Amino acid sequence: MIHFPALRWGEPYQSLEVNQVAHFATGEPLAEVSQANGGLVARDLRKAQRARDVLREIPCAELVKMVKRAGQLFQTAELPVGDASQSPDDFVRQQSATTGLPEQLCRMNMEKLVGVLAQLDRILDALTRRLDLDIFTKGFGDEDGVLRSYQAAAPVLGMVLPSNSPGVHSLWLPVVPLQVGLVLKPGPQEPWTPWRLTQAFFEAGVPKQAIALYPGEAEVGAAVVNHCPRSFIFGGTATVDRYRGNPAVQVHGPGFSKILIGDDQVDDWEQHLDLMVQSVALNSGRSCINCSGIWASRHTKEIAAALAERLGPIAPLPPDDPKSELAAFTVPGQAEAISGDIDAAIAEDGVEDATASYHEGGRLTSHERYGYLRPTVLRGRATSAAAAKEYMFPFVTVVECPQAEMIGSIGSTLVATGITQDDAFRQSLMAATNIDRLNLGPIPTTRLNWLQPHEGNIVDFLFRARAFQMA
Amino acid sequence: MADAEQQAREDLDVWVREVVAWHFDPSTGCPHWLEWAEQADWDPRREIQAFDDLKKFGHFEDEALRGGPVRRWVPKAYADRPVYVFETGGTTGVPKSRINIDDFRIDYELFSKTLPDDRFPPGSNWLMLGPTGPRRLRLAVEHLAQHRGGVCFCVDLDPRWVIKLIQKGWMDHLMAYQAHVIDQAVTLLGAAHDIKCLFTTPKLLEALANRLENDGTSIKGVGITGVFSGGTEFTPQWNRFAHEELLDGVYMTPTYGNTLMGLAASAPSIPENGYKIAYYAAQPRAVVQVVDPDDPDRVVDYGATGRVMITTLTKEFFLPRFLERDEGERERPYEKCPWDGVSGVRPFGRLGSTTTVGVY
Repeated sequence: MIHFPALRWGEPYQSLEVNQVAHFATGEPLAEVSQANGGLVARDLRKAQRARDVLREIPCAELVKMVKRAGQLFQTAELPVGDASQSPDDFVRQQSATTGLPEQLCRMNMEKLVGVLAQLDRILDALTRRLDLDIFTKGFGDEDGVLRSYQAAAPVLGMVLPSNSPGVHSLWLPVVPLQVGLVLKPGPQEPWTPWRLTQAFFEAGVPKQAIALYPGEAEVGAAVVNHCPRSFIFGGTATVDRYRGNPAVQVHGPGFSKILIGDDQVDDWEQHLDLMVQSVALNSGRSCINCSGIWASRHTKEIAAALAERLGPIAPLPPDDPKSELAAFTVPGQAEAISGDIDAAIAEDGVEDATASYHEGGRLTSHERYGYLRPTVLRGRATSAAAAKEYMFPFVTVVECPQAEMIGSIGSTLVATGITQDDAFRQSLMAATNIDRLNLGPIPTTRLNWLQPHEGNIVDFLFRARAFQMA
Repeated sequence: MADAEQQAREDLDVWVREVVAWHFDPSTGCPHWLEWAEQADWDPRREIQAFDDLKKFGHFEDEALRGGPVRRWVPKAYADRPVYVFETGGTTGVPKSRINIDDFRIDYELFSKTLPDDRFPPGSNWLMLGPTGPRRLRLAVEHLAQHRGGVCFCVDLDPRWVIKLIQKGWMDHLMAYQAHVIDQAVTLLGAAHDIKCLFTTPKLLEALANRLENDGTSIKGVGITGVFSGGTEFTPQWNRFAHEELLDGVYMTPTYGNTLMGLAASAPSIPENGYKIAYYAAQPRAVVQVVDPDDPDRVVDYGATGRVMITTLTKEFFLPRFLERDEGERERPYEKCPWDGVSGVRPFGRLGSTTTVGVY
């Protein structure tokens, strides 16, 4: 069986405690993962500065080349996996088997990561506004005749990673070229991507001392967050609330992403049906950028019906079926709990399930070790509980709400697509502080421009501009 | 070995008869058990002749230990003796209480016999770096130090506040409180008190070791030769980590226990056995069993996993067949403890996250 050790600044460490990672459907053990302990993480992080020091010995431009090469290796090479080796096809099969994500979606996420690595130079140009990266290395430098200085807020970035979608790993790919080390705590069911990316980085020449990888339980995640001066953490609403306002932690939770259709466009809603379907259903609805609410002042019944006609018939297929679009819920009882929550939302006056007629036998399919939920489209009002729901499967509520009340009613929104040509509404959307990523015009919420920041600019998170003078 | 096991079983049965006779005798027993016997339709003194007969009591419900009057637990024979009360839990609501007269002294004197003199030198001083307040450990460790001829230094530590900090997510406060505790410990260790022995928790041992290393020294460097520690987070992996990276040759012995059962010492936990930690209660004063969670009358096979069940049998306190909030694997007797033990102790999975462990 594959064994994943922890990596202590690149050095494998086999723990006396292991966690078995099993096939989501059969329960067959596929790998065992060494479990670190919190004290070990805390102890290693006392030497975090060395990670940045070894990276600073390599010019940023060289590191950019290395990680671009790592992208090619990640996509094509046979790479070490624990004490065995792994082809790209092995990776896809193994990742699908433990996460329940269909193989074609694993491939799609792999391509997404490769795409980000391939354009990392352009991404860094965009995020730094074309700043000479040597300024980060030296700490200061001249930019158009102005002395600029930046100090690194942390020698390493801690990452408490999820298991739901491999695409989230794109967020930390710019870190190493900025000469900041990585401390990765993989999701329990998804050791595959952090490990394979790490191996690709090493193979491409990134110093092993720059990356630590600590699988483990919650105390390991807590140790990463407590001992890294800067961390990313992924979690639910409770996690978001807990770390809100903590400048050392960038928290990534549910996106509650939405499409807002202006009064000037809503009569032509049918033109945007493909965009809506894609926004809801891409990646089996597992991403924070998937749309969970479509808001319009009228035609909501017709919009919900048309979405239901497209999404309702999508049914679970075997994960290796190229047409498989739905991921399994692999945490016992999770699919059942979500379905129950949706039933409670539908019971509210004024809420209806537009997909009910497509779900012969119900939206929930329960198996011994896993479950599926079929895509679900609800219709409700802005005050309905259903309007504020988001789940990790294709789920959307079509909400009827006057345009003037939309921005005040939608709540926190990671991605908002505003389909409108109305200048006043566009200005209001631009000004709305409860919207992070804003798309004006018919752009799916799931289409990211990687040259743009995501939930804050990672460069600003890792580096602080400061005053500097030198005589 | 078979003879020793047989002898231990016979000794246990004899002790069970003596303890049950004591607790259910109106002239010596405590009000709680005497009132219980009045309402039962059977006489424990007649029907309990062996340890296995304790099944007739069912399982002790620790809710009975919440609230007063506390004197209902004091045996009449000890009514005139000074009584201590030790608490467990209590972060919210009324804590559970256990009265003590001499039990904590007796338990720790027995435990003292398991400590190697070269690592816990008689006459040397101790630092108690663990939970204080209304906890048995606070006085028990001090007594252990005194029993071995030493003086015990203490640092205040309120675990209920620590648990609240964690539950509220106030991690900055948690780290500050930990630093406050460690600061005091470092001050004491550097104050020429000749402290060689340490009780602490795994989390505080980590913090102390890291702090001392930052100060250019180590646990060994400040003169500690023996550490006694415990808790469900004391796993083989943690034990290995501590030995390999924190202790630099300082001896450490794991223990398992609580206010209700007393203290279970560990068989040697060394690299050769994968740092396996197997605990053995101080039988016959306490008995640890590993039982089927679905049928707690059935002890699981050796090596199998089950829920920990404890029975406390002292003349101060009778606690039959209490199902602990922990699980583990049943261990075979060994020469120093020819009765069952338990290894791999961890929070009982079915209870989910209701217990906050490993916090201080």
